[in-house]
Amino acid sequence: MTDAPDTPAPEAPEPAPPAATGPLVSVRGLTRQFRLPSHFLALKKPKLQALGGVDLEIDRGEAFCVVGESGCGKTTLGRIVMGLLGPSSGEIHFGGTRIDRLSESQRRPYRARMQMVFQNPYASLNPRRSVGQTLAEPVRALIPGSRAEEVRDRVIDVMETTGCAPDWADRLPHEFSGGQRQRIAIARALVTHPEFVVADEPVSALDVSIQAQILNLLADLREARGLTYLFITHDLGVVRHFGSRVAVMYAGRVMELATTAEIFARPRHPYTQLLLSSIPKLEGGSFSKERPASEPPDITRAQAGCPFAPRCPIAGERCRREVPKLVAAGAARCACHAVEEGRVAA
Amino acid sequence: MSALLEVRDLRVAFPRGRSDEVFALRGVDLSLKRGERLGVVGESGAGKSMLAFAILDLIQSPGRIAGGSIRFDGQNLLAMSEREIRRVRGKRIAMIFQDPMATLNPVLTIGRQMAEALEAHGRISEREARRRSVEMLKAVQVPQAEARYDAYPHELSGGLRQRVVIAIALLAEPEIIIADEPTTALDVTIQAEIMALLLRLCREREVGLILITHDLAVVAEVTERLMIMYAGRCVEEGPTSEVIARPRHPYAAGLLASLPGHTEPGARLTQIPGSMPPLGALPEGCAFRPRCEHAYARCHLERPELEPDLPGRRVACYLPLGGRT
Repeated sequence: MTDAPDTPAPEAPEPAPPAATGPLVSVRGLTRQFRLPSHFLALKKPKLQALGGVDLEIDRGEAFCVVGESGCGKTTLGRIVMGLLGPSSGEIHFGGTRIDRLSESQRRPYRARMQMVFQNPYASLNPRRSVGQTLAEPVRALIPGSRAEEVRDRVIDVMETTGCAPDWADRLPHEFSGGQRQRIAIARALVTHPEFVVADEPVSALDVSIQAQILNLLADLREARGLTYLFITHDLGVVRHFGSRVAVMYAGRVMELATTAEIFARPRHPYTQLLLSSIPKLEGGSFSKERPASEPPDITRAQAGCPFAPRCPIAGERCRREVPKLVAAGAARCACHAVEEGRVAA
Repeated sequence: MSALLEVRDLRVAFPRGRSDEVFALRGVDLSLKRGERLGVVGESGAGKSMLAFAILDLIQSPGRIAGGSIRFDGQNLLAMSEREIRRVRGKRIAMIFQDPMATLNPVLTIGRQMAEALEAHGRISEREARRRSVEMLKAVQVPQAEARYDAYPHELSGGLRQRVVIAIALLAEPEIIIADEPTTALDVTIQAEIMALLLRLCREREVGLILITHDLAVVAEVTERLMIMYAGRCVEEGPTSEVIARPRHPYAAGLLASLPGHTEPGARLTQIPGSMPPLGALPEGCAFRPRCEHAYARCHLERPELEPDLPGRRVACYLPLGGRT
């Protein structure tokens, strides 16, 4: 895949002090296409629509979850918010300032304030750097003018708060287990004292008993440091446990958005309902009803209508023609004609 | 009724250095009755996949089966020649792996691969092979089965590929299917489709199932009996619903309590401290002892054996939760 973002505009406003009110992060009309590999003479360059227009607002202190299956665009969303990828169109605001068109030097202060934890702690840590060096790096890079003892104090402090033993500082990543590495990755994300952390499947590569350790750590840090999370996951159990609000994504769009309690108590969108009824449960019952084989959505073709319509048991003619908008439905927001028309209880 | 598959004290060793060995399986028992569904649960490195590979004699050199016995339908699999074991493996005992592409050949059509599975049973005409294959594709609910028969694996989604793998496994009319994390790579909605299908087919055809997974909830949905593995041994065994409702081994209880989404939202998850020790550096006594809050002097000195506990259950612990029976 080749990246094809807009070229960022050279001029942009000075970083503003964080606004005390309003959402910490807001995303408006975000789209992103990827060019797919094709013959260089091909007349039609195939494209993949990873995000098809996403609007989100994340308030301070939230653990905002984005849940969805592979290819739904959740990772692309996280990377665009972090500035690791450019959007094809749309805006990203952080603390009231638009940040998606900033130059790299203008963006740097924001990089200290927003950090990321990746899924695979085996790939995200430099194998040739000691833990101490790994943790000092973001401070040196993002907080220019830090004196050596300031860097050291920050590293010691962050290791303590994330449960890294002091003697880890001189050791290399390969000496640690997956759970320990993820602790180090979290420490690295927090060493610049960010307000906002994007965590992309941070526990998916870990064993169950280790997942609990990391989820507890992330929850403690949210409390202790007043962190705001954008938590990207495919695991609804993690969402239910960890999330304050959740956006359910499908084929690059938000299908439903509500508080976590609301989603689990009253799923409205047929896709959310399918997702929840598919979770295996300790008390059983999720695999007792057989369903016909379904195909994942084809995001390489322009969609007419709702992307879920081909799999939807209640899709009507309008669903195949017109893309539903994310609109208020009871205590949630839902992108479904059936819900909007009252065919499904809101 | 005697068991169809009976594994006793199975040990698998890998060399370490010149004269030393590390045991990936340290004496595992397993028994499966005809048509029974057994779940094998554990974290990575617990030995659950090793158990499946050992049963099918698929341990790659330099690893070796270092002891124990595997009896299938009265015959000792470990005493069989490679030729004899081929008549069992993939036929009377079929396998489904996590990655369907590990089973499917990318350069052959689905139909060609299904026909091969049928030919292994004896000569069969091309027409008959096609008829039976398409019928099986329909049985596993592959849409447009006729067209898919001529398709290549890469033209199918992950979920459909896994359905094809199940279809190929069933063509041999196996008595047991060993499924190693069959839905771990799939999305949750596709997992539900595949597992519901596998569950129905096993029930209808009275095929035994050994389901190997890290996911306790999947095991709870599908199996009748459950084994929980830790560091190359089984630490608890019993009827699935009973073990889940009332785990006896502290590790089993810790695993269940640490599952997010099954407890009060936002409450602290119970965490098992530390992590599973590497197989080459197991502690003396009980392997779980360093992580166990109930451990006492005896756990440091002696290794608890898997012993009968509550009716139909076994546990390897000196202090099972809820007290000794």
